[in-house]
Amino acid sequence: MDNKMLLQVQELRKYFPVKGVKGPGVQAVEGVSLEIKKGETLGLVGESGCGKTTLGRTILRLYEPTSGRIVYDGNTIYDSGNFDIPALDKEGKKLLDKDGKPLTKKSKKTSADMLQYRRRMQIIFQDPSASLDPRMTVGEIIGEAIDIHKLAGSKAERTEMIKSLLDDVGLNTEHANRFPHEFSGGQQQRVGIARALAVKPEFIVCDEPISALDVSIQSQIVNMLEDLQSNLGLTYLFIAHDLSVVRHISNRIGVMYLGTLVELGESYELNRRPLHPYTKTLLSAVPVPDPEKSRAKRRIVLEGDIPSPMNPPAGCRFHTRCPYAMPICKQEVPAFKEYEKGHWAACHLLEK
Amino acid sequence: MSNTEDKKLLEIKDLKVSFFTPAGEVKAVGGISYELGYGEVMGIVGESGSGKSVEAYSIMGLLQSPGKVIGGSITFEGEDVLAYNKNQLIDFRGNKVSMIFQNPMTCLNPVYTIGNQLTEALRAHNKEISAADANKKSMEMLEFVGINNVEKRMKQFPHEFSGGMRQRVMIAMGLICSPKLLIADEPTTALDVTIQAQILELMKDLQKKTRMGIIFITHNLGVVAEICDKVSVMYAGKIVEQGLVNDIFYKPAHPYTIGLLRSMPRVDADEYERLIPIEGTPVDMLNTPSGCPFAPRCEKCMQVCLKRMPPYVELGNGHRSACWLRVQEEMNKKEEQANG
Repeated sequence: MDNKMLLQVQELRKYFPVKGVKGPGVQAVEGVSLEIKKGETLGLVGESGCGKTTLGRTILRLYEPTSGRIVYDGNTIYDSGNFDIPALDKEGKKLLDKDGKPLTKKSKKTSADMLQYRRRMQIIFQDPSASLDPRMTVGEIIGEAIDIHKLAGSKAERTEMIKSLLDDVGLNTEHANRFPHEFSGGQQQRVGIARALAVKPEFIVCDEPISALDVSIQSQIVNMLEDLQSNLGLTYLFIAHDLSVVRHISNRIGVMYLGTLVELGESYELNRRPLHPYTKTLLSAVPVPDPEKSRAKRRIVLEGDIPSPMNPPAGCRFHTRCPYAMPICKQEVPAFKEYEKGHWAACHLLEK
Repeated sequence: MSNTEDKKLLEIKDLKVSFFTPAGEVKAVGGISYELGYGEVMGIVGESGSGKSVEAYSIMGLLQSPGKVIGGSITFEGEDVLAYNKNQLIDFRGNKVSMIFQNPMTCLNPVYTIGNQLTEALRAHNKEISAADANKKSMEMLEFVGINNVEKRMKQFPHEFSGGMRQRVMIAMGLICSPKLLIADEPTTALDVTIQAQILELMKDLQKKTRMGIIFITHNLGVVAEICDKVSVMYAGKIVEQGLVNDIFYKPAHPYTIGLLRSMPRVDADEYERLIPIEGTPVDMLNTPSGCPFAPRCEKCMQVCLKRMPPYVELGNGHRSACWLRVQEEMNKKEEQANG
């Protein structure tokens, strides 16, 4: 893995307006900043409704962001304006001031044409049967992506590409003529992955790709995603609620709660020494497939449910359910800080 | 100990259920047997389509055409459930056995209040109870499953409850006639881990208080490890391995169980290990293999596995496994004993 940054997200917000309700509506993603390096897998975990899927889709601009800045491989694909960015001269070098510090300028409002990026950024959906058109054969589904981006020079080349894609995901050539309903769930997900790979992307958002699959099939798909990553040099944003799978596949994990990122760190480090109380709860809630360990385990059970993102609590959004909540948590939003190298969290408890 | 304690709560013997579809007979449950005592929790694990829900539906007498019980027996407290007539079944369901389902939203009626639905369940099975008493009992039940503010909650509709709260309502509804057996069909699958943890704690607590038997159907081995006393592992309509929870997790004796345990990333693992998946795809239930159903995916498959279904081999403590490898081991052991 080289350390080149592939994706940079700053202060991303996505609100969904609600008819008849004053205010911003559903605040699904609230000021999330993160970076993804080339070749790495960043995992995103959180409860349903915490905005992890919305974040993934907003990064791809399948949802238009409300505000924020997204830079993909050095190109700004969305910018709501007014971010501090390094000032560059005509040759692309960073301009320095008299003391040798880099100069900054305010960014301009930008909204790039996405078609060229669609080829480079793809997505795998949760429910394979719902995301494949039942009236198209597998060959047509995969071929459509190739046609839209004009990746095949001739018909023969197109057929050859479909064949090799099916082979990549562990299906047979003859499967190209079948319809999605003729496949099992695991095979359908393989088709979904082949479709995403058809345009030779660099970056794939995997939105709960294995949640709908049987346990014995999940590990097949996880291993396949890992193999594809090392063979094709892919970068993943892996969204799931199953912490054990996310930790297995990810280099780093981001934990989301009610639209905000509460913790971000190297995956095993985050597992060994979680900083944020919510991460601790999440880790303790995962049932361990080991009777003695799971019965001996002390579990932090959260009271209540996740609050509505239409009317999130003031201050730290977790304070209504946090067992360690202090008065300050109700008033001030905790800053997202780097407490240890590469290990970020947003919690007032850590400030002391 | 009273007399009823000596009797088994539930005994299933060689139960066979088939669906007669236009495409042919689907042997959803192909001869399974198990026993459940009072206060025991039996976990039934298996992939989708392995017959775990169908088996539960047949205990409740809820099988619908084209599904049919074609063989075996279900005995509940010494009575033959399959011989019940309609009225007996109505009495049996709710009062003796009740069931909670995977998706609480689809099981609650959206146009009736929670209170309405709870009292309805109660009054359907107890004709004498007065409206006021039914109301009171319903509120107690909601409190029992950890819902606050019950008076207000009784007047609310299902959409005003969150997923975890709805599942609590479902549990309250299932327990309101104090059944002796509760069948929980994937009760936590649709919930988040934090909510799942709440529901599991609740069920463990209720089980301690009421001493009812629970059949817990799930595909999550973590949940099984936590809540169950006994486990039956199902594959393609057959129980391939059965035993106490510790035996299943620490001494698995069937390649499918071993494979399942190995294929999961462990949350307590401290570094990256590549997963070892079970290769292949689940069985097509219209064309089940004549031998062991797992044979086509089994890495230790032998000639005999493809031809004949293996018998159960007893491994002690009620732990039994249907695998030719175990049969072979058993034979080798006997031979050694005879020789030496």
